[in-house]
Amino acid sequence: MIPPAFTYVRATSVDEALGLAAEHGEDAKYLAGGHSLLPLMKLRFAAPGVLIDLGRIPELAYVRDEGTYVAIGALTRHHDVAHASLLESDVPLLAHTAEAVGDPQIRHRGTIGGSVAHGDAASDLPAALLALDASFVIRGQDGTRTVPAAEFFRGIFETALEPGELLTEIQVPKPASPAAWGFQKFTKRAIDWAIVGVAVQGHAVALVNMGSTPLRATAVENALASGASIADAAALAAAGTSAGSDIHASKAFREHLARVLVKRALEDAAARS
Amino acid sequence: MKVELTVNGKEVTADVEDRMLLVHLLRDVANLTATNIGCETTSCGACTVLLDGESVKSCTVLAAQADGQSVTTLEGLAADGQMHAVQQAFHQEHGLQCGFCTPGMVMAIVSLLKENPSPTEAEVRTGLEGNICRCTGYHNIVRAALAAAEAGK
Amino acid sequence: MSILGTRVIRTEDPRLLTAGGVYVDDLREPELAGAVRATFVRATVAHALITGIDKSEALAQPGVVAVLTAADMTDLPAPEPPGGEVPGPDEPPAEGPVPLGGKWAEPLLAVDRVRFVGEPVAIVLTDSTYQGEDAAELVSVDYEVLPAVTTIEGALADDSLLFPDAGTNVCVRGGRDISDDSVFADCDVVVEGDIVNQRVAALPMEGRATAAAFIDGKLTVWASTQNAQLGRLIFTAIGLPPDAIRVVAPDVGGGFGAKIGVDREQIVVAWAAKHTGRPVRWVETRNENLMSMTQGRAQLHHIKIGGDRDGKIKAYRLDVIQDAGAFPRMSGFLPMLTNLMAPGVYDIPHVQADYKVVVTNTTPIAAYRGAGRPEAAATIERSVDWFAAAAGLDPAEVRKANFIQPDQFPFVTKAGAPYDTGDYEAALEKVLGAADYASLRAEQQRRREAGDTRQLGLGLASYVEITAADAGAGETAKVEVHDDGTATIYTGSSAHGQGHHTAYAMILQDELGIPMDKIEVIHGDTDLIPDGVGTYASRSLQLGGSAVHNAAIEVKAEAARNAAALFEAAEADVVLDAATGIWHIAGDPDKSLSWAQVAGNADGGLIVANVRFTADRPTFPFGTHLSVAEVDTETGKVTLLRHITADDAGPVLNPILMEGQRHGGIAQGAAQALCEEVLYDADGNPLTSTLADYAAITATELPSFELLTSETPTSVNPLGVKGIGEAGTIGSTPAVHNAVIDAVSHLGVRHIDMPMTPERVWTAISEAQKASAK
Repeated sequence: MIPPAFTYVRATSVDEALGLAAEHGEDAKYLAGGHSLLPLMKLRFAAPGVLIDLGRIPELAYVRDEGTYVAIGALTRHHDVAHASLLESDVPLLAHTAEAVGDPQIRHRGTIGGSVAHGDAASDLPAALLALDASFVIRGQDGTRTVPAAEFFRGIFETALEPGELLTEIQVPKPASPAAWGFQKFTKRAIDWAIVGVAVQGHAVALVNMGSTPLRATAVENALASGASIADAAALAAAGTSAGSDIHASKAFREHLARVLVKRALEDAAARS
Repeated sequence: MKVELTVNGKEVTADVEDRMLLVHLLRDVANLTATNIGCETTSCGACTVLLDGESVKSCTVLAAQADGQSVTTLEGLAADGQMHAVQQAFHQEHGLQCGFCTPGMVMAIVSLLKENPSPTEAEVRTGLEGNICRCTGYHNIVRAALAAAEAGK
Repeated sequence: MSILGTRVIRTEDPRLLTAGGVYVDDLREPELAGAVRATFVRATVAHALITGIDKSEALAQPGVVAVLTAADMTDLPAPEPPGGEVPGPDEPPAEGPVPLGGKWAEPLLAVDRVRFVGEPVAIVLTDSTYQGEDAAELVSVDYEVLPAVTTIEGALADDSLLFPDAGTNVCVRGGRDISDDSVFADCDVVVEGDIVNQRVAALPMEGRATAAAFIDGKLTVWASTQNAQLGRLIFTAIGLPPDAIRVVAPDVGGGFGAKIGVDREQIVVAWAAKHTGRPVRWVETRNENLMSMTQGRAQLHHIKIGGDRDGKIKAYRLDVIQDAGAFPRMSGFLPMLTNLMAPGVYDIPHVQADYKVVVTNTTPIAAYRGAGRPEAAATIERSVDWFAAAAGLDPAEVRKANFIQPDQFPFVTKAGAPYDTGDYEAALEKVLGAADYASLRAEQQRRREAGDTRQLGLGLASYVEITAADAGAGETAKVEVHDDGTATIYTGSSAHGQGHHTAYAMILQDELGIPMDKIEVIHGDTDLIPDGVGTYASRSLQLGGSAVHNAAIEVKAEAARNAAALFEAAEADVVLDAATGIWHIAGDPDKSLSWAQVAGNADGGLIVANVRFTADRPTFPFGTHLSVAEVDTETGKVTLLRHITADDAGPVLNPILMEGQRHGGIAQGAAQALCEEVLYDADGNPLTSTLADYAAITATELPSFELLTSETPTSVNPLGVKGIGEAGTIGSTPAVHNAVIDAVSHLGVRHIDMPMTPERVWTAISEAQKASAK
């Protein structure tokens, strides 16, 4: 219930945050909304010696129109992503997915950057961002780099972030046909993590919880590109995935759900556009 | 470390362990024990309070993170001896039995109605997905939320 | 007009809604100043010998006051030998819901062996909670792991014994002979199968919590309990007589049967307070609660049901195996009740029921809302639908063909249960009418013909249940009227959300005319109420309320004598206007006395009546639930659309309170049918020990409920009431269960075990489709 003891330090700028991370090394972790990290620490599954609170860097919370893409500050809360009118009009898939994360209290605290950096294949936003071909702006002490979503998620809780690096911005290209989106999140109860989830933008299809990272359903996408029907394409949803079995669902059921949910998400996208 | 927050309109200053959770600051330092702890996995919502006006689960916020901010708990809801519309609605609609989930439930609904003053029943139910009650079956809690919304018109 | 039967909002609410309740962790009593916090060290393996405990690292941590194990508990008196011999497995079981003891005895802290993950092994006392968790982590326990028994099948195999001295894992056997198959011989339709009533967590929102202080030879314990008086009796185990112990139940955040009395950790906390001389407070975490608070249900049923093609059921066999968890805390009590209620609302000529109880390396099982009766109802109602499907008949018609009829009451079933009153068909018809059953069936048919992805299912459950099973123990009430016109009720009941303070004040106002805002109700303090029984088994209104009623009548009689003396009139001429609370002389409106004046004239300025009300039998509330569920046949996901009930527990004292009990019960029952289950892996490690994993139902999964009124009184008590507290749970589980199976029965599905998770439902559909494709 109580995290092991740690030292709390606070950054008021990105440079200060990077400096503190360099100073404390591997023992330090960034604290954004805290709703991925603190629950792990309370169960004592994670025990960083230092927490660097990013919560006082207001410059990192924004949703900006950059013409061809929308720039979202990493510390933008899920609630604000869900209700940003720019996203509702130009990237409704993202607004809708943010609204599906957790519950209202969690959405008031959790941040899009925190969710992305946490690298959980069962999270909703990483899959949506993968389907949207988003890019992630990463600042380190050596400078800034941008990594596309397709290269960012490496494994279970493993991302392209090097120790000390800070995710500062998520860049989401505006889809050609914003309304052609679909999102399916299958759970036993509304509050649960997705047993399987699907995010669709146009003919881009990404899967939640079907492997160690969010995955693009490339077999489905290739089939659609070759003119296959939604039904026929969706039948390939489980190809190339490595779903797990746990108390919530078996691998076989997850693969079945992926096929059903991909079909539904594609049908929704088609109906909307 | 030293934290200073405003709780129910009053300043609370304390020197606490860095790892102190906001809920423990409220209960053990500020002595506001209405807010309860029901789990360790941010699941049950019993600890819900308002942080700068928005509902949060105070078991998953460090006191240090809330430094300089303002918190409202159940005890701070009534004004001048008059129950808040949500409290009044809970009373009228029998929205509580044992009372343990109630403070968190009330604060969650206060926040929900602030953001959505005229929710449908479905929106109330989805809005309460992060608050678990074992006694009421939620039926009267939902009625209370809708009654409070109605009263607010 | 009487206040009884009217909607009165609760007197309990204003405090709870503005200041919040005061639960054990909120107490700021002076006796608890400087209290140390207790943190338990618990078994991390399901079955093992303890080969060593190293406290040294923990003892070196800041703030550690003590680390105590069984080895330190040398100042306890030797346990009382169990009353008489502990019966062997082939002998009639001990009566009553008490631990089996003897060879099956449960220690306070584990001595040489642990038998379930979460079993308490040591208690760490620290200045603060935060320090407690840090220190407890550092207590090092060495285990020699033994094979874990995690299923009923595994227990029956007797390969790994939890209690080697007992020679078996079967600790209790009971019931009647079920071997006679001839009763099924002339049945045209026979269904046989296994039905699982899965293990669930009680999950009160406040877990277990206890604070204790031992001052000047007196132990005071504040406990989150459903009966302080029973708690006091249990605490004598630490070597104090009852009059040196005071137990107080503060606000209690739910109980559902799992907080009856107090359990081993709480005895250890009380002992620790006495042993160290420091006040101690323990508040369990949710993880501890989900691993080591007693759990519910966990029965495996084998049924056989047979009857005619026209729907008349002729024979029913129920074979129950109860998983007791690691320690048989309630002996054979729960499955004994399941046997007793086996045939439910039906007049079945041949009923065979028996049970056995096994131990497994899992959390101990005890009472949980319904305690043995939901299991009976869940299975007979499932069996009736299963039988109806096999016979090709509508399940409502099969029920009607078999109900015990109103003119048959009082009715003793073939299982031996003495039902007092009931009108089962009326309850069913009420629900079918309100639901417009025919239209729902038509909609179901329409969707079937259209091959809709979302199919509709209708699930009925007609149930009867036994409340106040321990009617003979009764309940106490002391009523005082003071010389300022106020009144106090001291009740042996122990509300933890039920609203007794409002209900009992209503009874007193109705009888005496003292307004509710002048009535205080007190419960749960053994110094003030040494004699009381407590709240469980849906007993409080019928026993506790009747006690208040009878005490009020005694008070009225004594008051009449006092008033007569004051009026200088004959007692027969003295009248109380119960609407206004004013005493008159009949026919003389000018002379009147208030309660204050009448009480003021009594000895000590107080009129008192002290009553224990006992009933000579339990009562049998009943009802019908209808669940309307939608199944997404592509994913197995279930959506509950409607839930309509008629629950009859006699005259309704306060509809608000009664509805609240039904709502809460329906939600818990639906949760068992749909999503909740306690799971273990093959080594006995709990898989659902956080609220992220244990699928407690939320508002999003439930509809609003439609409750119909039905009031069939009983003659067993002066209020004519039965108990409503558990009825909602008993009726809802089978209704939801039947609804989901009904939704996909046209695809060939005959049964799905609970909880009906999407995967279970989808698997049943897939297998039925494969079978029909052949």
